[in-house]
Amino acid sequence: MATTSAPQPKTNHIGLTVLDYRGGKTTLCAGCGHNAISERIIDAMYEMGVQPEEIIKMSGIGCSSKTPAYFMSRSFSFNSVHGRMPAVTTGAVLANQKMMAIGISGDGDTASIGMGQFVHLMRRNIPMIYIIEDNGVYGLTKGQFSATADIGSKLKTGVINDLPPIDTCALAIMMGATFVGRSFSGDKKQLHTMLKAAIAHKGTAMLDVISPCVTFNDHEGSTKSYKFMKDHEEPLHDLNFVPYFEEINVDYDEGTTTAVQMHDGSKLLLKKLEHDYDPKDKINAVHRIMESHKTGEMLTGVFYVNPDAPSFLDLLNMTDTPLAQLPESTLRPSKATLEAIMEEYR
Amino acid sequence: MATTEVTAPSLEAQRTPVVNDFSIQVATVNGSGSQSANTVLLRTIFQMGVPVSGKNLFPSNIAGLPTWYTIRASKDGFVARKKEIDFVVAMNPETAKEDVLALEPGAAVLYDEPLNLKDLRSDVTFYAVAFDKIVAEVCKEAKLRKLVKNMIYVGVMAKLLALDMKEVEKAIRRQFATKVKAADLNWNAAQAGHDYAVQNLPKQDPFKIERMNKTEGQIIIDGNAAAALGAMFAGVSVVTWYPITPSSSLVENLIEYMKEHRLDADGKATFAIVQAEDELAAVGMVLGGGWMGARAMTATAGPGISLMGEFTGLGYYVEVPAVIWDVQRVGPSTGLPTRTAQGDIMKVANLSHGDARHPMLFPHSVAECFEFAGAAFDLAETLQTPVFVMSDLDLGMNNWMSEPFAYPTQPLKRGKVLSAEQLTQLGGFARYKDVDGDGIPYRTVPGTKHPQAAWFARGSGHNEKSQYTERPDDYVNNMDRLARKFATARKLVPQADIVQDGGKVGIIAYGTSHHAIVESLSQLLKEYGVGLDYLRLKGFPFGEEVHDYIARHDRVYVVDQNRDHQMFDLLKLDIKPEHVTKLRSVRHYNGLPIDARSVTDAILAQEVK
Repeated sequence: MATTSAPQPKTNHIGLTVLDYRGGKTTLCAGCGHNAISERIIDAMYEMGVQPEEIIKMSGIGCSSKTPAYFMSRSFSFNSVHGRMPAVTTGAVLANQKMMAIGISGDGDTASIGMGQFVHLMRRNIPMIYIIEDNGVYGLTKGQFSATADIGSKLKTGVINDLPPIDTCALAIMMGATFVGRSFSGDKKQLHTMLKAAIAHKGTAMLDVISPCVTFNDHEGSTKSYKFMKDHEEPLHDLNFVPYFEEINVDYDEGTTTAVQMHDGSKLLLKKLEHDYDPKDKINAVHRIMESHKTGEMLTGVFYVNPDAPSFLDLLNMTDTPLAQLPESTLRPSKATLEAIMEEYR
Repeated sequence: MATTEVTAPSLEAQRTPVVNDFSIQVATVNGSGSQSANTVLLRTIFQMGVPVSGKNLFPSNIAGLPTWYTIRASKDGFVARKKEIDFVVAMNPETAKEDVLALEPGAAVLYDEPLNLKDLRSDVTFYAVAFDKIVAEVCKEAKLRKLVKNMIYVGVMAKLLALDMKEVEKAIRRQFATKVKAADLNWNAAQAGHDYAVQNLPKQDPFKIERMNKTEGQIIIDGNAAAALGAMFAGVSVVTWYPITPSSSLVENLIEYMKEHRLDADGKATFAIVQAEDELAAVGMVLGGGWMGARAMTATAGPGISLMGEFTGLGYYVEVPAVIWDVQRVGPSTGLPTRTAQGDIMKVANLSHGDARHPMLFPHSVAECFEFAGAAFDLAETLQTPVFVMSDLDLGMNNWMSEPFAYPTQPLKRGKVLSAEQLTQLGGFARYKDVDGDGIPYRTVPGTKHPQAAWFARGSGHNEKSQYTERPDDYVNNMDRLARKFATARKLVPQADIVQDGGKVGIIAYGTSHHAIVESLSQLLKEYGVGLDYLRLKGFPFGEEVHDYIARHDRVYVVDQNRDHQMFDLLKLDIKPEHVTKLRSVRHYNGLPIDARSVTDAILAQEVK
């Protein structure tokens, strides 16, 4: 009897299939850009061979903050309160620095109610991936402008936004984030590459992903619609990424491509569309973002990266074992120590 | 030397010595460096074996406003604030007159000569001291004179109260332990004050200190330092905070202790202490740390508690451990930031929107600050919920004498945490299932290496498996389990201390009110022949012993340090309706630590009708 072996599912370098990275069924609107982002996260985590149990998925409140339910079911997740995911993530990372944190936020969650926590997270350079699923509108409360809505942009109801937007990328760079980029949920290749590089980064990787809201903000007059993005997206460079476990042997042309070495040996390759773009130049990065506001283009790409900056954890000089796993013998000083302290107070 | 006048009141006061039972109030200008002198005075009396307590009444101000420090010596060991001041050291022109006029007849006043207070009244003793002249002689450097001027009154008081100068020197050398030059300078100042008093101030008042042996082996420490020590020995590892009076020194002390005693063999920290951007972030970080399995805490005061409301509700509903120290001050709003109260009881009991309830612990002493720090973590991890420790400014920021703290005898209680091995045996788990009937579910901590370990912590409606749901039956099921868990907490919080029992009328009090109650009980019995029972609450939710105590008494006075009798109300909500009318309220809420006489008067006014 002839034997036919069933085709083995493809596995990544830690032996898991892409199914091991999937989550629950989405309850977001059909066609929502957030779902595309979830797909990219699944692919990137799978390709990078991240152990799902070593991931914490963090979020606040809003459509975006629901999405951690839709990817990586084997990972631990915390859906907290509006705008305050950074604090919960900070505490969690302090307690166990070996866990990798991915935080999903929205433009309302980050740029309005959560602005205070956002800037302090960037300032601390907490190791995590911070994704803003940015549609310029509040979805769950049915279509109010958020603080990233462009001036002059229009809601479905005809309301025109008359306040200037907050550029979360420029802000993140100024506040101290060490990996800052903007992408578009419809740009599969760019977002995928940026996510893989973000996984390899050891400080805060902040990605603002324009993710059109198909229900409230995807029409004429919206500057965050699919059509507007397709018409106005201006990539700063072509991106490629080579993880540390792949042989670094790629075809790139010196002079037109910049390679940024990440701390684990991975390489982020930026093929220049602009002649002199240096992703480590903070001032130029902010300058280019500001310039794009004037020209009306939606600049995308990795604006700024500094893989060498110390993270907040480096500054704390913590013991190697995660604090949450320290045994009682380490956590509680001896009786003699207490007696000596008591003597000082006599 | 200038001519010094001593004016004396009635000779009667001189004939009856008052030994080891009086209060001293030092009135100075905030920022004038009087704290060292006052501490030396306090410690000298303590070192002579006399029970003593010190209370700092200070303004919310950096420098310039009036501040008072009261020292009470009590041979009977009473350490509550005493309403009546027996001896004033008047250094502050702004309040000197008012301070003197407030004294009872027979009191004594030591004052800075230029204040010229002696003509204010004839029924108190006045001692005038030319501080500026003495300090000019003892301290050559003009810029240092301000710093040592206060130590001169320590020397004068030492002479007047018959304090042993050897003990004064010991206290000064201790105060300036590593700064020998400063110690010498201050010791010289104290001696100069003493010499001045010997030469110029014949004793006219009845107050004096005689050696006793009631403080041997004891320590002096404030409640915030005690709480910090307790947290360190309880294994805290994630500490986040936002500065606010009167809780800041709790974490500041903790930073020092941890840097000294909680480094590993390589000199690396076994902790992380983070000054957050605000109280919202501070408590959010605590929840993240607690979710991850670390012992995490923060310390704050009333305004911080208000800000922590939303996150506290989240902690209750996702069920993660957290310890929050509330060092209470006077509210509402900014209130009196540097004055004491027990004004956050009702707020904390139900902090957040919806049906949320939180355990509280009420330490009354520095020893209990130490003990409850550990108890709070054990409780938070056992119950998987935020636990509040309700200290106050009087306890937290004032120095108290105490027996040395007892080293914890029990291992850390980590609660129902499942390991990967247990998950393999069980084949998985449901995060919010009431397996044991006590309302407390099992949890895993993030990072547990098992494909079924993960669960979704969410503040939105969830079922036993922590899946999002809006089904009415799921919601009710979950909320009823949380209520069962709170019922379990009744048995786990520290039981009330029944100090005195057997009669028909009782008192219930908690926290720092204890010290005034003990003294009030003594006053009621000695002066009026009224014997009352006393129960001291140590935790919320209230245990059966509290209900039983109320049930077997005809009347129960509930003593609160707040206007709205918050504990009285909380008890009313908890006890059987037929007992509600037994409760009577005694309140004290002027920002000063509660005193015995106020309690005694308030109870007598209701008892003797």
